[in-house]
Amino acid sequence: MHTTIQYMAAENTLAPAVSGDGGQALAEDSRDFAGTVGDVTVANPAMTARNVNVWYGEQQAIIDTSLDIGKSQVISMIGPSGCGKSTFIRCLNRMNDTIDSCRVTGDIRLEGQNIYDKKLDVVPLRAQVGMVFQKPNPFPKSIYDNVAYGPRIHGLAEDKQGVDEIVETSLSKAGLWDEVKDRLGEPGTGLSGGQQQRLCIARTIAVSPEVILMDEPCSALDPIATATIEELIDELRQHYAIAIVTHSMQQAARVSQRTAYFHLGRLIEVGATDDIFTNPGHRLTEDYITGRFG
Amino acid sequence: MYAVILVLILLALMAVAYQLGRRRSQSMAGRAGGIRKLHSLPGYYGFYAAIWCGLPALLVLLVWLAFQSIIVTKMVVADLPLATRSLSEAELGLVINDIRNLAEGNIVSRDVSPEMQAAADHYTNLNRIGSAALVVVAISMALLGIALGWRFISPAMRARNQVEAVVKALLVLSSTIAIFTTIGILLSVLFESIRFFRMIPLSEFLFGLQWSPQMAIRVDQVGSSGVFGALPLFLGTVLISLIAMLVAVPIGLMSAIYLSEYAGRRLRAVAKPLLEILAGIPTVVYGFFAALTVAPVIRDSGSLIGLDVSSESALAAGVVMGIMIIPFISSLSDDVINAVPQALRDASFGVGATHSETIRQVIIPAALPGIVGGVLLAVSRAIGETMIVVMAAGLSANLTVNPLESVTTVTVQIVTLLVGDQEFDSPKTLAAFALGLMLFGVTLILNIVALQVVRKYREQYE
Repeated sequence: MHTTIQYMAAENTLAPAVSGDGGQALAEDSRDFAGTVGDVTVANPAMTARNVNVWYGEQQAIIDTSLDIGKSQVISMIGPSGCGKSTFIRCLNRMNDTIDSCRVTGDIRLEGQNIYDKKLDVVPLRAQVGMVFQKPNPFPKSIYDNVAYGPRIHGLAEDKQGVDEIVETSLSKAGLWDEVKDRLGEPGTGLSGGQQQRLCIARTIAVSPEVILMDEPCSALDPIATATIEELIDELRQHYAIAIVTHSMQQAARVSQRTAYFHLGRLIEVGATDDIFTNPGHRLTEDYITGRFG
Repeated sequence: MYAVILVLILLALMAVAYQLGRRRSQSMAGRAGGIRKLHSLPGYYGFYAAIWCGLPALLVLLVWLAFQSIIVTKMVVADLPLATRSLSEAELGLVINDIRNLAEGNIVSRDVSPEMQAAADHYTNLNRIGSAALVVVAISMALLGIALGWRFISPAMRARNQVEAVVKALLVLSSTIAIFTTIGILLSVLFESIRFFRMIPLSEFLFGLQWSPQMAIRVDQVGSSGVFGALPLFLGTVLISLIAMLVAVPIGLMSAIYLSEYAGRRLRAVAKPLLEILAGIPTVVYGFFAALTVAPVIRDSGSLIGLDVSSESALAAGVVMGIMIIPFISSLSDDVINAVPQALRDASFGVGATHSETIRQVIIPAALPGIVGGVLLAVSRAIGETMIVVMAAGLSANLTVNPLESVTTVTVQIVTLLVGDQEFDSPKTLAAFALGLMLFGVTLILNIVALQVVRKYREQYE
């Protein structure tokens, strides 16, 4: 196992004179960044990321970030736009590979296996670390085929009956089965926005992942659909490690057990959600969650 | 010639009117308290004056030029001796032609009689008077227009709206020209076809198995019995188009997939324009490439394996036509594939699909309607293609589906029917119009279907 790295709290080593008055001050804050506040490790990690740096061309999007994703818990990533939180979770299943100019360094492990190892095949990795995207993106296929897509590709079922079972359990887990069981042949794009997003979650869990990454899964949904998805996330936590990027601090508070605050490419603070929101350890975190910027 | 000079003069007058209108509005604005007091900017008043100057004069010019020759001819005919006037219409036409030729100093087909000389002089005179009158009328219209425009300009006058209304009318006119031209072509083809079908029954034309359009011009001529069964031509067209699509669709589609999904940015920047150059090669060049290079190769390789290949074969024409169509399909498919949202690719990669699985199972199905639309457009291009087939596929109307034999197509037959001296009341010539009508109908239907398919696709993602 990895040695546990303790990033000790470094309160007040940087004390911005004025915070929240524009990008210039924020950039200066980050320049004398002394290290992540809080414990980046967990007792039972599904994934561990150490010293991750990401560049898009010349521009660095993630700077020396280390973070564990714990089993059976939800970690939420918050922070102002462009802070790198989406980039970070896209590193966890190598979705950044699809962007030509993107370069990743550091050590990211899934159950001890370095996922950026040259010998590692990215295909099974993405089945193990599934992803749900910002905008619901069902394929223009039937509801059934949407869910069956992954299992068929990976040969998870021996026969038609096996696929049927996977589709049913996945849709049930995603809380969609009762709504669509009579119209599995209809196009997935015909569902409502919230149903589409749950269909995408069902599609992700159909390949039995260990980790589910969610990139602002509710930002395109109405409040009621959002509440449904949030309940679903809470249920899914029992079986999967979940990392969710969100712009809504209320959502982070509602669904997650741990919260990580990103700022200009750095992980500023991480800790139990309750602690972060009641007693933030870093000035920037405090400014963000009290609404002074972001 | 004088008409060109007159148009130039009118343009110059319009420029003057523009300046006058502009100045006038500015001076009025100065008195009223600044340009803000004008309804429109001074330039609009300039255009307003220029339109008043140019538009009526140009309209008069157009109408005059359209009718001058008719009226002058009528007047000349009215002064001809009674004996000439009472000739049949066709003969009178010849006389008028001679008079015109005489007046313009061209070669005349008969001896010049004093009456004709007089008529020619009369014709020249009338034309001269007409032109002079036109110049006077047009220029005075223009000047009058300037005066009117000058009078109408006032700070409250909505010059901007009026100029824009004229521009809008111009746009409407331009957009209808293409439509009316299409309708005109369709009608002219339709009427000639009706004349053809009066002589040859529609059923024989559509279902006849033999095409031999040589008609006897004299009754006693040998070996010329016209038979107009268009089936061999349509079969030949279908055969060649089919071969062309068999070549173009797989190659075009696969190159589109490679270019849009796999190729690096630099390769794509070079390869895509190169591929599109194929579409810029004149079809006549493809034609002799097919006839002189591809056809002999096919014949020689055929004889190597003991096949009897005609030196002009459907295969040669079809293959080369297919190559010509590749850029159509690749370019359209490339656009459609690029239009598939990135979100769908992400979704597929996100559950662990490989790039090729994503292409086969997500991107191609999503892009399929657009690809089908592109293919249908390419088919209608293939059906209408003429030059390659004329040079490489031959002229003999064989009823065959063997690609190694020589066949002919609808377009090729239209060309051969209309090349050279023709009489326009023989079924042989009119058959060209009937074929054209059929071809027009088929490509029209294909285009409509293609556009429908493409439109349906658009609704899906936008």
